[in-house]
Amino acid sequence: MLKIENLHVSVGDKPILKGLTLDVPAGEVHAIMGPNGAGKSTLGYALSGRPGYEATEGSVQWAGEDLLELDPAARAAKGVFLSFQYPIEIPGVPALTFVRTALNAQKRARGEEEVSAPAFLKAVKAASAALKMDFEMLKRPLNVGFSGGEKKRMEILQMALLEPSLLILDETDSGLDIDALRIVSEGVNALRSPDRAMLVITHYQRLLDYIKPDRVHVLAAGRIVASGGPELAHQLEAEGYDKYLPVAA
Amino acid sequence: MAAVQETIDAVAALEKYEHGFISDIETEYAPRGLNADIVRFISEKKGEPEWMLEWRLAAYERWLAMEEPTWASVKYTPVDYQSLFYYAAPKQKDGPRSLDEVDPEILEIYKKLGIPLKEQEVLAGVEGAARYAVDAVFDSVSVVTTFKAELAKVGVIFMPISEALREYPDLVRQYLGSVVPVSDNYFAALNSAVFSDGSFVYIPPGVRCPMELSTYFRINASQTGQFERTLIIADKGSYCSYLEGCTAPMRDENQLHAAVVELVVLDDAEIKYSTVQNWYPGDAEGKGGIYNFVTKRADCRGDRSKVSWTQVETGSAVTWKYPSCVLKGEDSSGEFYSIAITNGHQQADTGTKMIHLGKNSKSRIIAKAVSAGKSDSTYRGLVSVHPKATGVRNFTQCDSLLIGGDCGSHTVPYIEARNGSAQLEHEATTTRLSDDQLFYAQQRGLSQEEAVALLVNGFVRDVMQKLPMEFAVEAQKLVAISLEGSVG
Repeated sequence: MLKIENLHVSVGDKPILKGLTLDVPAGEVHAIMGPNGAGKSTLGYALSGRPGYEATEGSVQWAGEDLLELDPAARAAKGVFLSFQYPIEIPGVPALTFVRTALNAQKRARGEEEVSAPAFLKAVKAASAALKMDFEMLKRPLNVGFSGGEKKRMEILQMALLEPSLLILDETDSGLDIDALRIVSEGVNALRSPDRAMLVITHYQRLLDYIKPDRVHVLAAGRIVASGGPELAHQLEAEGYDKYLPVAA
Repeated sequence: MAAVQETIDAVAALEKYEHGFISDIETEYAPRGLNADIVRFISEKKGEPEWMLEWRLAAYERWLAMEEPTWASVKYTPVDYQSLFYYAAPKQKDGPRSLDEVDPEILEIYKKLGIPLKEQEVLAGVEGAARYAVDAVFDSVSVVTTFKAELAKVGVIFMPISEALREYPDLVRQYLGSVVPVSDNYFAALNSAVFSDGSFVYIPPGVRCPMELSTYFRINASQTGQFERTLIIADKGSYCSYLEGCTAPMRDENQLHAAVVELVVLDDAEIKYSTVQNWYPGDAEGKGGIYNFVTKRADCRGDRSKVSWTQVETGSAVTWKYPSCVLKGEDSSGEFYSIAITNGHQQADTGTKMIHLGKNSKSRIIAKAVSAGKSDSTYRGLVSVHPKATGVRNFTQCDSLLIGGDCGSHTVPYIEARNGSAQLEHEATTTRLSDDQLFYAQQRGLSQEEAVALLVNGFVRDVMQKLPMEFAVEAQKLVAISLEGSVG
C-alpha cells in the first residue's frame, strides 16, 4: 500500500503540493488527473526523490518505509519506477547497457544475485517483442535520436525489465499515436498484478480507455480535490476541470 | 556493464588514488642536481658508446641555452632543476636479468599494480594473466622485459633502450633524435641529456607483431625526475600495437616526468600507440602530484604509413603533452584519440599536431575533455597543410564535458592551410553534465557515483573503443575513480 499523508512539496521557494493525501493499495491502478500546473508531475518527482523537489511536510509510506528518507537509487531498489513524461537522452550508453547496469545496481542494493548476460538478453528479447520494438534499436545510445513514441516504449520496456512494484506513469500517452498507445497500454496492463500499485498521471481520459483504473483522483492546486470510480474520468472529459480550479486564481 | 560495478567496488574499497603506495626499495642515486658530470655519470652507468655521451652533452649544452616554455595554459610552481635527482635505480646487478634476479619487493609492486611480469603464468594461462609483453621501468631503469625471446623469433626487438644502445647501437643511432630533435623544445633537450631508460622496439619488414607490447612506468623514489625515452621503428609493411601505463606514489612534493617518444613509420607500416596515464594527481588541495611534460611525435615517413595515438589522461597535477604526426608519406594517415580527465586542482594542456607534408595525407582528431572540481583543461591542436600537399583531409572533433561550476575547459585549435585543395573540418561542443541525466539514471537505481561513471563513460565511448581490449576495462574503471567526489 502506498500511503501519502499531508504531503507538502516545494520547488525552490514555491509550494506546489499543499497537503496531498492519497492511498493506493497494492493490486490497484489509480489515475491522477488534473489541469495543467496542478502539480501532477511534481507528485511523480517527489515520490521518486528528484533533487530540488523538497518535501517540507507529510510522509510517504511504501513497503514499510518512509520513502522521503531514501535517496532516488534506494527508492528504485524498493521498487519505485517513474516513467518520464520526457525521457532523457543518454549519449554513448547503449540502451541495453543502461538497463542492465540499472537492473544489477538494484539487485545489488537488495542483496540479490546479478543477472547473467544470457538471462538478461533473453528477457530483453521477450519484452521488446511484446512491445514491437526493433531489437537493433536497443544497441543504440539510450533515447538518442528516438522518436517520441520510441522513447515511451523504451520507458515501458525498462519497466518490464526492472519489475518495479510501485509504477508511476507520467503522461505516458503524450506523443503517442493510436497504435503506439494501444501497444504501450498493453505493455502496462501486462504488468498489473496483485503485488503492484500503479499511479497513472494523465491530462486526458483517453489513456484510461486502455489502462482501466480502479480509482480516479482529481489533483488541483496541489491537493486531491475529488475521488471516484472510472466514471469520474468520463465526467471530467465532458465537463473539464473548471469547477476544480480555485476561484480567481 | 560489469566495469561499472567493478568501478564502484574499487571506489568504495580504495582511497582516491589507488596506486599511491610508497615502496621501500634500496635505491642508488646520482648526486643531486644537474651538470655535465651528472650526464657523464648516467652515460657511464648505462655503459654507453662514446657517441652517445657526446650526443647527451650536446643536448645538455642546448638545454642550458633554452628557456622553459610559458605559452601553455597551466600554472605551477617552477621546477628547481638543481634540487632533483636525475638518476635513481634499485640496487641490483647489471646486465641482462631474468625474473629470478629481480628484487622480490619490486615484483611485489608490479603484482600490486596488476602488471603481468611472469611469462610462465601467462603462458600457462593462469587466470587473469593477460598475454602481452611488458617492459617494466622503475624510476630510472628497466627492471625486467618479458617475452623478449618469443618476440625475437619473429625478428621483433623489444628491450630497454639502454640495452639496445649496447646491442644495436647502429639502429638506435640511425633513428634516435630523428623525429624529436635534441633542440626541439626545452623538455626534449633536457630529456636527451639525462634520459635513463625507456623502451626500444623494432619491427622488421612485413612482420605483424604477434602480441601487444607495453611499457609500465613507475616512479617510486622521492625528489627524483623520471626521463624516459621510447623509440619505436616500424619497418616497411609492419604493424605493432604498443601501450604505456604510468603510476606514482602519493607524495607532497611535485615530481617531474619529462619523456620523449619517437615513432618512425616506413612504407605501408602502422603503429597503434596507446597511453593510460595515471600519475599521482596531487591531493584534494592541489598539493603534490606529477608534472607530466612530454614530447611525443610520430614520423610517418613512408607512403601509406599510419599512426594512431590513443590516450587516456587521468593523472598528473600538470600535463603538457601533444602527441603529433608528421605526415610526410603520400597517403599517410594520422589519428589522435584523446580522453583527458581532470578533477581536483589538476591542469591539462593537451592536444595534437597534424603536419601534412605528403599528398593525400589524412588525419583525424577526436578529443574528449572531462573537467570536474577546480580543474582546468585545454585542448590545443594544430592542423597544418604544406603548400605542396594536395588532397589533404582532416576531421577534428573536440567535445568538452563540465561537471560542476568551478572547473574550466578551453579549446584552442590552430589551422594553417597553405594548399587550397585541403578539406578541413572542425567541430566542437561543450556541455555540462545535466541534472536531468543524473536523476534519470539514479531513478533507475544507480547511485550518484555510478550514474556519473556511466554518463562519463558514455561521453568518452568513441575514444575508449580505440583502446586495445585488455586495457579498455581498466581505463573505464579509471575514469570513474578519477571523478570520485566530483558531484554533490
